[in-house]
Amino acid sequence: MSEQGMRRVTAIQNGTVIDHIPAGSSLSVLGMLGLLDSRRTPISLVMNVPSKKLGRKDVIKVEDRELTQEELDRLAIIASNASVAIIRDFRVAEKRTVELGSELVNIARCSFSNCITANPMEPLPHRLVVRSAEPMELRCAYCGRIQEIGALINHLI
Amino acid sequence: MTSLITMDDLTNEEIISILDIAEQMLPIARGEAYTPILSGKVLANLFFEPSTRTRMSFEAAMKRLGGSVLNLGDVSTSSVVKGETLFDTMQMMDGYADIAVIRHPRQGAAKYSSDAVEIPVINAGDGAGHHPTQTLLDLFTIRKCHGTLEGLQVALVGDLRYGRTVHSLSGALARFGSSLTFISPSSLSMPREIVQDLRNSGVDIVETEDFLGSIESLDVIYMTRIQKERFPDEEEYRKVAGVFCLTAKDLVNAKKNMIIMHPLPRVNEIAPDVDSTPHAKYFEQAFYGVVARMALLCRLLEVDVQEAIE
Repeated sequence: MSEQGMRRVTAIQNGTVIDHIPAGSSLSVLGMLGLLDSRRTPISLVMNVPSKKLGRKDVIKVEDRELTQEELDRLAIIASNASVAIIRDFRVAEKRTVELGSELVNIARCSFSNCITANPMEPLPHRLVVRSAEPMELRCAYCGRIQEIGALINHLI
Repeated sequence: MTSLITMDDLTNEEIISILDIAEQMLPIARGEAYTPILSGKVLANLFFEPSTRTRMSFEAAMKRLGGSVLNLGDVSTSSVVKGETLFDTMQMMDGYADIAVIRHPRQGAAKYSSDAVEIPVINAGDGAGHHPTQTLLDLFTIRKCHGTLEGLQVALVGDLRYGRTVHSLSGALARFGSSLTFISPSSLSMPREIVQDLRNSGVDIVETEDFLGSIESLDVIYMTRIQKERFPDEEEYRKVAGVFCLTAKDLVNAKKNMIIMHPLPRVNEIAPDVDSTPHAKYFEQAFYGVVARMALLCRLLEVDVQEAIE
């Protein structure tokens, strides 16, 4: 995180810092991580701060919680360039990156209402195939429909 | 290939090989020879949507080759009405049959089914998705009439949005170097996934609402029905119903060897006076469904046709 960004919120003792989130996407990131409804986890949000890499970016600090790699990989849909630091005792203990694999399994449902996976009783995993990383193109592995990336937040599992 | 879900599951060489085997199957399909090379094999015919030609031609194909067929029958009398999932239904098929054919109103159902079972699964139409076995018989018909699949001028006409036959056929034709003209009302144009994939692979596509403008240059006109059952509301259907109707007098300037195809059933998009012209190939095309499916069944059940026939 840039010094300018760091100065806007205080350092955390333990937890996770997610940096280089596209400007304006941090609330979606919190939603994807299931943190929007959390009333116990202290969270600091910095939005629209200058960034050499992105022009503008958001930053999230989640206190007292180390996000798993599986949780972080969910962010690939909206923050594929995010960088993540696990903080222990005010120091960066681990650096992680968000990995956009070849397929997103059970992260989001296909948004097409007539896809076979729209039946909630069907037990096989929801699979979105990554056809292109930049620009990101995801297609349902079953029905083949291109997914609207912006709308996927409404179809998270 | 262990299942056939979309035409992407087949290479061009595999397509040609299936068409060659289909050619050998013609005397068997006509009942002039009996070669029970699928004796002891069981096909599960799972039609969750209405079908005449596809279901019956699969059944004919299996029986002509000595195999037997289990039919799901009327969906309203099966456990589907009790809320059974497709996954569970397919588990049963894994135990009852050697191969399954599925038609389902939901898109992606065939791929989902193939992921659920060990036996080969054939997509016989998944919603407005794909219909690859129709494409095999379409290609067989085109090759039979033109002697080649290479470099043809083909127009796909009608409901390109919901028409699964044209979704499968367009990609296959493109792979053999055809130039494609998509003729439809703008509300029924080809889905963007398909157009994007074709354009990315460098295919020459024209999209137009002008029905007969290019008829002189065409080798194939592939007509399709505007599918009332796929429209969310009837008013939208009425706006486009009957918009394209091909009549015999429209064919005056067509090439002599231009062929008219249709996956059937037709409603009013091809006038009856076209039937008696040499261009009309749709009934012949429907018959070829039997040989194309015979060849595919042999391929997926790993029967060496050459060895068995000789």
